Amino acid sequence: MSAQLVQYLLSGVTIGAIYALVALGFSIIFNASHVINFAQGEFVMIGGMTTVSLAGAGLPPLAAMIAAVLLAALVGLALEKLAVEPARHAPVVTLIIITIGASILLRGLAALVWDKKVHALAPFSGSAPIEIAGAALLPQSLWVLGVTLAIVLALWWFFGRTLLGKAMLATSNQRVAAQLVGINVRRVLLISFGLSAALGAVAGILIAPITLTSWDVGIMLGLKGFAAAVLGGLGSGPGAVLGGLVLGIAETLSAGYLSSAYKDVIAFVLMLAVLFFMPSGILGGRAVERV
Amino acid sequence: MNRICMAAGVRRGLLAMTVAGFLGAGIATAQEPIKIGAFLSVTGPAAFLGDPEQKTLELYIEKLNASGGVLGRKLQLIAYDSAGDAEKARTFARRLIEQDKVDVIIGGSTTGETMAVVPLVEQAGVPFISLAGAVVIIEPVKKWVFKTPHTDRMACEKIFADMRTRNIAKIAIISGAGGFDKSMRAECLKVAAQNRIEIVGDETYGAGDADMTAQLTKIRTMPGVQAVLNAGFGQGPAIVTKNFRQLGMKVPLYQSHGVASKEYVKLSGEAAEGVRLPAAALLVAETLPDRDPQKKVVVGYKREYEAHFKSEVSTFGGHAYDGLMLAVEAMKRARSTDKAKVRDGLERTHGYMGTAGAVNMSPQDHMGLDLTAFRMLEVRKGEWTLVK
Repeated sequence: MSAQLVQYLLSGVTIGAIYALVALGFSIIFNASHVINFAQGEFVMIGGMTTVSLAGAGLPPLAAMIAAVLLAALVGLALEKLAVEPARHAPVVTLIIITIGASILLRGLAALVWDKKVHALAPFSGSAPIEIAGAALLPQSLWVLGVTLAIVLALWWFFGRTLLGKAMLATSNQRVAAQLVGINVRRVLLISFGLSAALGAVAGILIAPITLTSWDVGIMLGLKGFAAAVLGGLGSGPGAVLGGLVLGIAETLSAGYLSSAYKDVIAFVLMLAVLFFMPSGILGGRAVERV
Repeated sequence: MNRICMAAGVRRGLLAMTVAGFLGAGIATAQEPIKIGAFLSVTGPAAFLGDPEQKTLELYIEKLNASGGVLGRKLQLIAYDSAGDAEKARTFARRLIEQDKVDVIIGGSTTGETMAVVPLVEQAGVPFISLAGAVVIIEPVKKWVFKTPHTDRMACEKIFADMRTRNIAKIAIISGAGGFDKSMRAECLKVAAQNRIEIVGDETYGAGDADMTAQLTKIRTMPGVQAVLNAGFGQGPAIVTKNFRQLGMKVPLYQSHGVASKEYVKLSGEAAEGVRLPAAALLVAETLPDRDPQKKVVVGYKREYEAHFKSEVSTFGGHAYDGLMLAVEAMKRARSTDKAKVRDGLERTHGYMGTAGAVNMSPQDHMGLDLTAFRMLEVRKGEWTLVK
């Protein structure tokens, strides 16, 4: 019985880490611009699909991965430069709608450039499961967890210790004041899109061996990642990870002990309940309107 | 839209040719062609069905015409793209009946499109051969409606029959959230008891779910589960298969005909070893024994299609092949294209060997296939092999 519980928790952690990786990307752009980038799922897809196609074309796996991350970052930069920046004086809602449009465009392009089939990427270190207290865990899950942890630490260092990171935070808090003290606000926004696109691609590559990848894999992952980011507190790195893990474990526990047909419903009801009592998420800063 | 313009263009062209014929010599009052109407999901989410179906119809109508046509008349295809949309299907079917005045309608790549058109053809009295899967199309029997593909229920029965030969009586089902998954699950639940199979577990997963180990763990702890059946379509079954091996589950795993493709084996990798599923003979055309009565037709169609379109054959195109050939046979049997006579001819189809199996229609059965239509396959060393 306890082996069963361990299995549910391990599965939940695996799924949760996947959501967390996607959620982190949402948080970075939100931090810099208060924009929720609904094309985040598509960055994940670009990462996975580019790696699969380049590796399939004979490139060494590592080179394919690096190329995929770079390509996604370029797409992110182009998205900011060509679509978001020209509309920078528009309200945030308009910018969010622009990202929805971009996600549809990117999905369509992916279906054209690649195909509409599902693809698999070989796991990084074999597919022999690791036994933990009678439960089985794939080595790839450890990769996902480890890289998620490393990224959270790197982001914490970036936003807390580097000038650029602090500039991004400052821009998020008070755009005009940031500009007044000499921060190039437009560059900050550009970098945030590039960074979160690259991060999304890393997520897409890491999870492709587990979830498989296809032109439309971004829809569901984007949605769940967004839910995780909101649950943990938009803009908070540790919050994104916590939100992802809570969502993932809630899903597997309800699938295991209640009903698999309603697992998503249960997970989302839980999320609504948390947001009802903590409107800015578990680790989100208190939203205070200063007058 | 393209499709409409093309069809209209073809019609205008024919008219011009006929007029030219009259003006020219005044001989050979060109026989009216036999009009085959079709509405297929050539684009949209069900394009993987409609695309090979349309290609097949075009290819074989060309071939039939090259060999003299049917009843001494040429065949003419009037095809529209209903894009998986039931409303469009209805509009195009009405157009086929009222404006194009076709002799027979083939189409409805999906069950939704088919059912939207059924009232129209029943009222107008046009023989209609559907290419969609669900049982509701032919049950209850509708006077003018026929179909060529096997049903989900037959897939369930084939799987259950195979389980009985392995002395399996208690199973768990895990299924996805898609239309195919739900329909297959419902049919399997319905016919389990009469096949002496008890379903003790019934789990589901969502579209785009990344991991199904929780559901499988639950199944593993259920007492007495002797096999697991995954009713699914798309990438879900590949993930289920991987998770199944990850958890080290030892009972047999069955998949449905929904993933009877090389892609499934490729995506699941080694985890697919030993998985069984029912599939149409077309998928294993070349490995069928020579004495198999179906071998000639499936190998013939497969080679023709693959040589012509340079892409892998699918069972869906095969359904269109069967639909066209059944219509042609029925016209020959009726010695006319009179709609009522063709309908009766279709109903009298007996011993026709198609890509889906031997077809024996009757007033009670407008599909006419039996379980021999399915072959039980097992994955061995990454290849499909016939069981027994």
